[in-house]
Amino acid sequence: MKLAYWMYAGPAHIGTLRVASSFKNVHAIMHAPLGDDYFNVMRSMLERERDFTAATASIVDRHVLARGSQERVVDNILRKDKEERPDLIILTPTCTSSILQEDLQNFVDRASIVSDSNVIFADVDHYQVNEIQAADRTLEQVVRYYLDRCHRQENLDQFVTDAPSVNIIGIFTLGFHNQHDCRELRRLLRDLDIEINQIIPEGGSVEDLKDLPKAWFNLIPYREVGLMTAIYLNKEFGMPYISTAPMGAVDIAEWIRQIHQNVNTLAPSSSSKRVDYEPYIDGQTRFVSQAAWFSRSIDCQNLTGKETVVFGDATHAASITKILAREMGIRVSCAGTFCKHDAEWFKEQIQGFCDEILITDDHAEVGDMIARVEPSAIFGTQMERHIGKRLDIPCGVISAPVHIQNFPLGYRPFLGYEGTNQIADLVYNSFALGMEEHLLDIFGGHDTKEIMTKSLSTNISLIWNPESQLELRKIPRFVREKVERNTEKFARQKGIGTITVEVMYAAKEALSN
Amino acid sequence: MSVKIDETLTVECETGNYHTFCPISCVSWLYQKIEDSFFLVVGTKTCGYFLQNALGVMIFAEPRYAMAELEEGDISAQLNDYEGLKRLCIRIRKDRDPSVIIWIGTCTTEIIKMDLEGMAPKLEWEIGIPILVARANGLDYAFTQGEDTVLAAMAHRCPEPEFPVRERKEILQKFFAFPSKKKEELAEYANHPSLVLFGSLPSNVASQLNLELRRQSIKVSGWLPAQRYTDLPSLGDGVYVCGVNPFLSRTATTLIRREKCELIGAPFPIGPDGTRAWIEKICSVFGVEAQGLEEREERIWESLKDYLDLVRGKSVFFMGDNLLEVSLARFLIRCGMIVHEIGIPYMDKRYQAAELALLRDTCINMCVPIPRIVEKPDNSNQIRRIRELQPDLAITGMAHANPLEARGISTKWSVEFTFAQIHGFANARDVLELVTRPLRRQKNLEDLGRTTLVRKNK
Repeated sequence: MKLAYWMYAGPAHIGTLRVASSFKNVHAIMHAPLGDDYFNVMRSMLERERDFTAATASIVDRHVLARGSQERVVDNILRKDKEERPDLIILTPTCTSSILQEDLQNFVDRASIVSDSNVIFADVDHYQVNEIQAADRTLEQVVRYYLDRCHRQENLDQFVTDAPSVNIIGIFTLGFHNQHDCRELRRLLRDLDIEINQIIPEGGSVEDLKDLPKAWFNLIPYREVGLMTAIYLNKEFGMPYISTAPMGAVDIAEWIRQIHQNVNTLAPSSSSKRVDYEPYIDGQTRFVSQAAWFSRSIDCQNLTGKETVVFGDATHAASITKILAREMGIRVSCAGTFCKHDAEWFKEQIQGFCDEILITDDHAEVGDMIARVEPSAIFGTQMERHIGKRLDIPCGVISAPVHIQNFPLGYRPFLGYEGTNQIADLVYNSFALGMEEHLLDIFGGHDTKEIMTKSLSTNISLIWNPESQLELRKIPRFVREKVERNTEKFARQKGIGTITVEVMYAAKEALSN
Repeated sequence: MSVKIDETLTVECETGNYHTFCPISCVSWLYQKIEDSFFLVVGTKTCGYFLQNALGVMIFAEPRYAMAELEEGDISAQLNDYEGLKRLCIRIRKDRDPSVIIWIGTCTTEIIKMDLEGMAPKLEWEIGIPILVARANGLDYAFTQGEDTVLAAMAHRCPEPEFPVRERKEILQKFFAFPSKKKEELAEYANHPSLVLFGSLPSNVASQLNLELRRQSIKVSGWLPAQRYTDLPSLGDGVYVCGVNPFLSRTATTLIRREKCELIGAPFPIGPDGTRAWIEKICSVFGVEAQGLEEREERIWESLKDYLDLVRGKSVFFMGDNLLEVSLARFLIRCGMIVHEIGIPYMDKRYQAAELALLRDTCINMCVPIPRIVEKPDNSNQIRRIRELQPDLAITGMAHANPLEARGISTKWSVEFTFAQIHGFANARDVLELVTRPLRRQKNLEDLGRTTLVRKNK
């Protein structure tokens, strides 16, 4: 048992639902009590999704507790099958079903005999894995299910495409800037003259998964989700994969060189498909991306040696740390991640780019670290943004968990060359704002609003009696002043000298007339 | 006009596959209401994730609630629950020093049969802070019913009146015959037994309702919950209680059965019609003649005219998730709207009897059929019905709001009604402000001609 106010990664079933709702025509049925379908709210709100989220609950209530789910789960699966005709139904366990220990696999087996849809049981345990790990695992499970099936039916087409092609694995619903990153990757690959075989899971169809092995190799932009699938495809089909995140000019170059190497190894030796991307990397880095120039510019010079703290998921925190230290000359006093399961990789990545490493999923520990280091800027999740607010330190959000502001409508990739520009803006704006605040503080601010609004002169002096003062204080601060003004206006009109609670509410009523 | 109207009120029941908030969400408003409390939700990551996402920004304001997150060892009983809770509660006492700790039981504590009720008194004695237990879990309850379980638990802790109320008043008058402030105050109010209102409202709404009753010379002796746990009202034989929210049936039952209070069954003070009926009912129980209520209601309706013009004749569909549905529907019908369906998670016909009767009367007065009331609705059936009926407004949870909007159905997020101030005369306007917002927005964007924003084949 532990005391927790906030968590970085959600429960396992959220990960499974993110995979399910990313694919086209896949429906997830949660075995969960009332209210656990909160995922639908997040998707509908954060992603501003226009379609109904394909996730429903098979409700666990008091009766289920007493007698078991019995026919209920099977009925719910078959009903969804009839109503929506999905390609795949994923029965998703929650923390509740974990302890009930019903044989959900058995329900799945029974339902799949009758239903037209494929039905699988997500193999995730609430108490073993978190959201991120569950998403990774479920994606692999779905891919494996469809490839195994083809294997059994012996209709697996293993011939690779003529032209070099890739799969992009790990673009997700509710992923941090995933949609924009995906578009940026498409653009990059088009520039490199590489075809995209499939992008999964976002927008992909499970029926097409059998064609995954047609690609020459796989790209895993974020190592949190997709790595398991890539390893499986590598073992089963000998498909190479690149798990470098193309974030920041140096890593993008590295990523392109790995592509280059893969293409050249896999291309038939006689063919004209051998490539050389060096001129492309050079041109993009020096002239298309503004980031390399930015780090030479005077603006960036002013950031030299400024202290920062970085915290987030493994991919983003590691990449941002490297960008700050290596590409902008900013000092990273502490870098950390909440992906405890990937700590070794993380430590290895940022070795030498920061003074201190913090691996924790306790936000209080992160807060204490920030308070101790007192950096000029923080790059973290929404949680660090709030810590920053409390400590008056600016914060750029670089990783999930996120808020609705982190689903911008405009084009904001973190990956690729456009991503380098976005990151440079983010970094620079965080510091610049910090500087401005600091100067304002020194020169006493320039806000004269206070004086302007209070200039209403009058002959009647109003008295707020103690009760009404107390009542006024109960009103939320952001409307208090307005209420105060309106009440006084009302009192003046009526010639009332003492403001009581009654007068306050009479004023409210009068105002709504 | 002679319209044959079916006057029977029937409640249908569907499958219960609907979207609502988990009842543990009640901590979000209760910890703010009860200033010296601390809420400890004994549950899993799932509960924590819900709270953190549902409560958004509030979580960063140093909330007085936390999760006691159960790990695998707790589930398999390898760890001692009592020791675990004791450790956390001692830490809470050290960090926050609350006057009460409220344990919120969840689905998990239900399933593993963790004996919270058994442990609380022992631990309470050991650490010296009152510990209440409320089982606000998703196995048994929906959304606002969470508050019901907390208040029912809290009712047990209300002190008993020192003397039966009537006696006390006589004693007071006998012994303090000199002109004291106490006596003046007594004269201000009618001679009636003590009245306690139950239901958590923002404190300024509570004082508005106190004021309304004071105008009728009725004194509210206290509220359950009060602003502070240490100010809980006295309850007992001869104390009258009245609910302000429709989801408080357990609390009402506890007050009647355990605390021996008299329940005043009234419609709820939502909308000017509801508020008037609520006050009138309280007055009639105390034998006080209500003064000037009719004019007051009339004035409020008059002031709502601009909004009423917007809603009149428009149709509305309640998908149901917070139990305020019947009261809101009744108010909106009185405003001239047509209600297609009232979805509701749970319908206590006894506790809501007066409200249901007012709904029926309102329908008859407004010459509209009584809408179907659907308990434990099925969201996918409802969406089918919404597509057929094409209501002007669907009041629904956030899970369905954006998808419905994209299909040209205006929606209002139902949760806002639980957080907005909707009680009493003065707040009727706020209800209509919420209800008309989508309609006004639609009007503003009308000329663009883009009502559906999904591709055809979906």
